[in-house]
Amino acid sequence: MSHHDVSYLEPKGSFWQTVWSWVYTIDHKKIGVMYLTAVLLAFLLGGLFALAVRAELFTPYQTIVTETGETITKGEALRFIADRWVENGSTLTVNNVYNRFFTAHGAIMVFLFIIPAVPAALGNFFLPIMLGAKDVAFPRLNLMSWYIYVFGSLLAVYSLVNGGVETGWTFYTPYSTTTNWGSTTAMLLSAFILGFSSIFTGMNFIATVHKLRVPGMGWFDMPLFVWAIYATAIIQVLATPVLGITLLMLVFERTFQIGIFDPALGGDPVLYQHFFWFYSHPAVYIMILPGFGIASELLAVHCHKKIFGYRAIAFSSIAIAAISFIVWAHHMFTAQSVALNAIFSALTFLVAIPTAIKVFNWIATMYKASISINTPMMYAMYFLFCFTIGGLTGPPLATLASDIHLHDTYFVVAHFHYVMMGGTVLAFIGGLHHWWPKMFGKMYWEPGAQLAGILVFVGFNVTFFTQFFLGTRGMPRRYATYIEELTTLHQISTIGSWILALGLFLHLFVFIHSLAAGKPAPKNPWGGLTFEWETESPPVEHNFPHEPVIVHGPYDYESVVPPHCDPAEYPVARPPAGGANGTNGTNGTNGTHHA
Amino acid sequence: MTSVTTTNGDAGANGRELEPHEAYVPGAHWRNAHDEAEAAKLGMWLFLGTEILLFSGFFCAYAVFRMWYPENWHDASRYYLSWKIGFANTCVLLLSSYTVVLAIRAAQQNKKNWILIHLLITNLCALFFLVVKIGWEYIPKIQKGELPGGLFTYYNPQGEFDHIFLSIYWISTATHGFHVLVGIFVISWAMWLAAKGHYGPKHYTSLENVGLYWHIVDIIWIFLFPLLYLV
Repeated sequence: MSHHDVSYLEPKGSFWQTVWSWVYTIDHKKIGVMYLTAVLLAFLLGGLFALAVRAELFTPYQTIVTETGETITKGEALRFIADRWVENGSTLTVNNVYNRFFTAHGAIMVFLFIIPAVPAALGNFFLPIMLGAKDVAFPRLNLMSWYIYVFGSLLAVYSLVNGGVETGWTFYTPYSTTTNWGSTTAMLLSAFILGFSSIFTGMNFIATVHKLRVPGMGWFDMPLFVWAIYATAIIQVLATPVLGITLLMLVFERTFQIGIFDPALGGDPVLYQHFFWFYSHPAVYIMILPGFGIASELLAVHCHKKIFGYRAIAFSSIAIAAISFIVWAHHMFTAQSVALNAIFSALTFLVAIPTAIKVFNWIATMYKASISINTPMMYAMYFLFCFTIGGLTGPPLATLASDIHLHDTYFVVAHFHYVMMGGTVLAFIGGLHHWWPKMFGKMYWEPGAQLAGILVFVGFNVTFFTQFFLGTRGMPRRYATYIEELTTLHQISTIGSWILALGLFLHLFVFIHSLAAGKPAPKNPWGGLTFEWETESPPVEHNFPHEPVIVHGPYDYESVVPPHCDPAEYPVARPPAGGANGTNGTNGTNGTHHA
Repeated sequence: MTSVTTTNGDAGANGRELEPHEAYVPGAHWRNAHDEAEAAKLGMWLFLGTEILLFSGFFCAYAVFRMWYPENWHDASRYYLSWKIGFANTCVLLLSSYTVVLAIRAAQQNKKNWILIHLLITNLCALFFLVVKIGWEYIPKIQKGELPGGLFTYYNPQGEFDHIFLSIYWISTATHGFHVLVGIFVISWAMWLAAKGHYGPKHYTSLENVGLYWHIVDIIWIFLFPLLYLV
């Protein structure tokens, strides 16, 4: 029983025994930490490609012939690479290199980073702990999905090194079937394999939520992060197989010329888009829903207040998951009939309802709360700000008339970066700071993290708000060149990307500094009420020294002093009954168990 | 994960060694064996859902092209596929679904030998299916050039879009055939566990899950057969 008291990070014997204890572990915490390392590496790699893309766009591609007949070529930031990537005996153009760079950026960020980032890293680590469980339902399957992820990621990197892909992360036919450039097949197989990892993780989480809640924990006693991960897992299980078969058919198309996406053989390229978006639109919610979950946790804990509208937030996650399956054809407004467009446009507007419910509930949670200003809380507010902009720029794209103008412009690029980066990534960084002391048992350098956060927030907005203007002025996406009139806006955007990168590298420094020289973390540094704050920092091998008992809801701040906190610092300010927000389904401090 | 070094793993009442299924204890993170078995089945059902969604891609593609080329579809089905071969394979798969249920029944009744016999029959049916599929369909088709899409070289096409029909035929039946092959491996694994005494009335979760997987492989064929052979 002694291992019950030892931290999961404790070395096991010799160096190689310790390495082996990680490589062969079935502990969800170690798997979560390994995922975290891998997704952060992927984020770095994808980010470097993004910086290269922005660098290329610093000046328009233009060739000027001077009076003396000398040719001066501007805006060819990637020329030095183009000259070195020789294929089929000929030199590639800058456009080819540019295509490969934005495809690499998109594919890495989507498949290697953002889809696994929150569920597989933070979800793996905290979902079982928040439920009071010792592990996920299928620990060996969890390890297997980690190694599938590693294998798929290596295949993606191989594809990049071996020539790269030019199709964009969406692999649209016929470009993805006719071009022999690069190693598109390897990238397709990589995304196919990564899909299995995602499916297995989703299955694992669903079974864990259903079967491993601590006795007495009802569905409405679960933290909202768990609800969000659960909704995500449903989409992962239901949508990813369709992507799998789509990519497999594309591989067959490339290898056996099956022709079902090839108009020359009687096939249809738009069919590919339907298949692809049937997965990839729900996948957008695989990316954002976990961010919603983190935001709920951050806001409740750092406002020390019961979350406003617990059930509304929980059910809106499920509603978003459900609606996500019936909006896919809004990616094809320019390629289908007017009747279909009208239907899918109307369905798309539905997404705004549950999303707005969440945003209003979060803002209501902050109302009259005693807010702690620290890095996680600042990130929660950055998230609210940026995600709201991202959300509000959705309706102009769902509106048919304006979409025809904005389709495939930088407006779309800015919109989805505000949702993906301004939503998920900012929430992810906030969540990482929130849970960092628990994961590694070390506090981080707060002023440094706050400064980095400000840089990220400013850099992000400078980079992407500019792109809304670029888009409305007609700058199409995926072009290495543009008209000279847009130079200033592009340069502002590129400078923003440098500020953003500076902030992110400062975050990296703060994390490394914390691991090397951080102060030991207390068990409950923020005063949280969910189960992870009851155990040690870092948690012991089986998460809890003793199985926890549920005696209060996850956000009952008005009636409970958080565990391991000084009661003097947490006077129970509000009377338990008849409070300002009587919307919660959890019962109070009486410890009644309901199944 | 099974373990015979357990707290209740000592000798039974009559002093004999306990079989592994009698000495079974759930994984360390489970509160009891019932929850573990329920979770395993839930996980399997979710996986089966993903399998159906995976094949739904083929069914959607099938629906689109059949709608576009209905007459060509009818002619191609009659000309290239023999319903007799398809029917024979349907029969063996139905039989194998029955025997895999009998294997689970035998586990519930603690008849180890009958588990093995029924699983063996199931596996022989699966093997028969693959031999017929490859020997009587795939190889002749490859020889005659009745191949998908751009590889189609058959000298006497029935219509303009035979190759699209054959594309759907090849990708859906080959993916299904791959699932049959995987089925042979997992049924063999279940036989190995059965031979070692891991299945008994109180513990046969993985056998049940293998059975569920095998049913889904059969059910997908039940849909593929009429759609492809009996149009």
